[in-house]
Amino acid sequence: MAVVFERPHGLLNVPTHYCPGCTHGIVHRLVGEVLDELGIEGKTVGVAPVGCAVFAYDYFSCDMIQAPHGRAPAVATGAKRANPDNVVFTYQGDGDIAAIGTAETVHAATRGENITIIFINNAIYGMTGGQMAPTSLPNQVTQTTPYGRDVNTAGYPIRLCEMLQTLDGVALAQRVAVDSVAHVNQAKKAILKGFQNQIDKKGFSIIEVVSTCPTNWGMSPVKALDWLRENMLPYYPLGIYKDGEKGDRLK
Amino acid sequence: MAERFLMKGNEALAEAAIRAGCKHFFGYPITPQTELAAYMSKKMPKIGGTYLQAESEIAAANMVLGAASCGIRAMTSSSSPGISLKTEAISYMAGSDLPCLIINVQRGGPGLGGIQPSQADYWQATKALGHGDFQVIALAPSSVQEMVDLVAKAFELADTYRMPAMILADGMLGQMMEPVEFDDNAEVKKTEKPWATAGHGGKREHNVINSLYMMPQDLENLVNERFARYEVIKQNHQMAEEYLTDDAEIVVVAYGASSRVSHSAVDMARAQGIKAGLIRPITLWPFPTDVLQKAAKTAKAFLTVEMSKGQMVDDVKLAIDCAVPVEFFGRTGGIIPTPDEVLAQIKALAQGGAD
Amino acid sequence: MSKNLNIVIAGFGGQGVLFTGKVIAYAGLIDGKEVSWLPSYGPEMRGGTANCSVCVSDVPIGSPLVVTPNAFVAMNLPSFDKFIDDVTPGGVVVVESSLVSKQTDRTDVKAFYVPATKLAEEHELQGLANIILLGKLFKETQFSSFEALEKAVAKCVPPSKQHLLEPNMRAVKLGYSL
Repeated sequence: MAVVFERPHGLLNVPTHYCPGCTHGIVHRLVGEVLDELGIEGKTVGVAPVGCAVFAYDYFSCDMIQAPHGRAPAVATGAKRANPDNVVFTYQGDGDIAAIGTAETVHAATRGENITIIFINNAIYGMTGGQMAPTSLPNQVTQTTPYGRDVNTAGYPIRLCEMLQTLDGVALAQRVAVDSVAHVNQAKKAILKGFQNQIDKKGFSIIEVVSTCPTNWGMSPVKALDWLRENMLPYYPLGIYKDGEKGDRLK
Repeated sequence: MAERFLMKGNEALAEAAIRAGCKHFFGYPITPQTELAAYMSKKMPKIGGTYLQAESEIAAANMVLGAASCGIRAMTSSSSPGISLKTEAISYMAGSDLPCLIINVQRGGPGLGGIQPSQADYWQATKALGHGDFQVIALAPSSVQEMVDLVAKAFELADTYRMPAMILADGMLGQMMEPVEFDDNAEVKKTEKPWATAGHGGKREHNVINSLYMMPQDLENLVNERFARYEVIKQNHQMAEEYLTDDAEIVVVAYGASSRVSHSAVDMARAQGIKAGLIRPITLWPFPTDVLQKAAKTAKAFLTVEMSKGQMVDDVKLAIDCAVPVEFFGRTGGIIPTPDEVLAQIKALAQGGAD
Repeated sequence: MSKNLNIVIAGFGGQGVLFTGKVIAYAGLIDGKEVSWLPSYGPEMRGGTANCSVCVSDVPIGSPLVVTPNAFVAMNLPSFDKFIDDVTPGGVVVVESSLVSKQTDRTDVKAFYVPATKLAEEHELQGLANIILLGKLFKETQFSSFEALEKAVAKCVPPSKQHLLEPNMRAVKLGYSL
């Protein structure tokens, strides 16, 4: 019987800790597939964040480093500078990349650090139980915005791709989602490009994946996908915000 | 013998690190360690190394974490306020068993403090360079030549025992010039690092650099294993210089800049017929308890001299179990004590005798 | 000459205070002495007063911070006022009298007043007043052999400024002749 679907080699054969219906699993798989397709697992070093993906070091089959909260881009910078021939990626959530690690993110991007970042934006802190994230939407109810995010006191959500695309070190800034087959395929292509850019030494690539958190959003997985489409995508439009190579706008 | 030439302490540290095979430096500007980073920025591009001025001390230390994970010798340097920011990554590196070198060219504190020389980060370096149960190797040079010698030592110990090492210098040592020589034939001791995350190449299971353990028993076992390693270090790597201690009745204990002042004071005391001696800890962790215990058998009193309000003095008391009185003299805020001030303390102790 | 020289050189930033100290330290090193050089550092380096401590000794140097110098070069008035009372009895004081109008009333030090800036201008040695003072200090303290001093000057003048070597040597000799 022909095998039509199997676990990519880039993922280890272990069960993950992710909640049912969480989209982390899909994105992990896409990264695993890309490691396989580009044949780079053996020279790839992944950097796991603090947040829901903290255990990613147990799931990806490449060498892995677990970074302090928000510092994954700095850790990845050190790894990449140590061995420029390695492929180095980080896998980070919204709190990690856009709150505590904003400086590390922005500066890795502006340096044109030749790394790839997979950014899971689910508008909430999942691991700690559903607090407001830098990407939580206006009026979104979370554990720490029980009356809804009040932009007058908690400010506005950060649109990271839009922000980073202004920086000349960025090669790719693309926002994708994995709420439908078509979007999953699109996301796969973006992740593939993000890694290929690194191999081609084009500079900093970030792929933001608009994601769900059924558990902390308090919804069924299907309902969460609807909520994502109705609330997240209008605020975080999918699309390519920068696609080229670092410094290309200066030429 | 290689030519001796004048070099600033900060520059000597940098040159020594490069000669020790460190090709990756991540830093952030701060006085009074400035010349160290500047030297690296000049040299690294010429030898195919990395000088990276990070966005913060936090980022710089985490870059060291990333580079050290990949099995190479990496370092960062800063001065006191900057070291506080690096403690996050240092704790993670200790918890991930990563070797690296951190240099603290101390200045006055707390807070922004001042920029003049200080030794007020002793507690931080030896007790709490971050959260959690861990130690780092802490080496305290007292001359520019010793700064050179201890850099290689720090990297070797860090690699051997898989832990961060710190050189605890101060603004005086960093800024001063003294003659130094480098051994052009010195061999860099290479340590195998099969744990490094540099790509498995399909030849082994994946390596993971990690400090997270969800099962308390796993974490306790690992911390216990680490502390067993610390015991080996304590037994084998205590370093201290003893000066005129054989017949000393008053034993001054001082490290780094204050040890130089104390050395002069001991000479002055001897010239006045007082049997004074000096113990100069070179390893602050492991603390050189053995020589202190030996001296406690004959000394009438100890005098700890520091550029702080008295931090190492606790360790001196613990080391000798308060067998003889341990007095303290120090200046803080960036003030270097004078030999006369220390001499006055020695004289007072000699006249008072041991109570 | 004192066996152990503890020298303070002080003046405005930009007067060559640190360079002067470095030449002395190198001269001592070339003669096989123990030497140290410790600058003041920080904001005061930018336009304020700068000073450095230089020790030249036959024995290992304890504190490189000179608190009570037995040789003092004062290149401006604030520096003169700051350190003059700290000089040990019998010490040598060399004062840049083009810029310091005062003289010390201390009789227990050997004070020399050298209008170095004026002399530099007269001898087309602009910018080398510090080296003229260095020549005078050398004459009064013999901090090294003359050969070592020559070598030290050569060592301290950067390769990109070799055309300044000859004027530097002339300035040393001018100071020495005073």
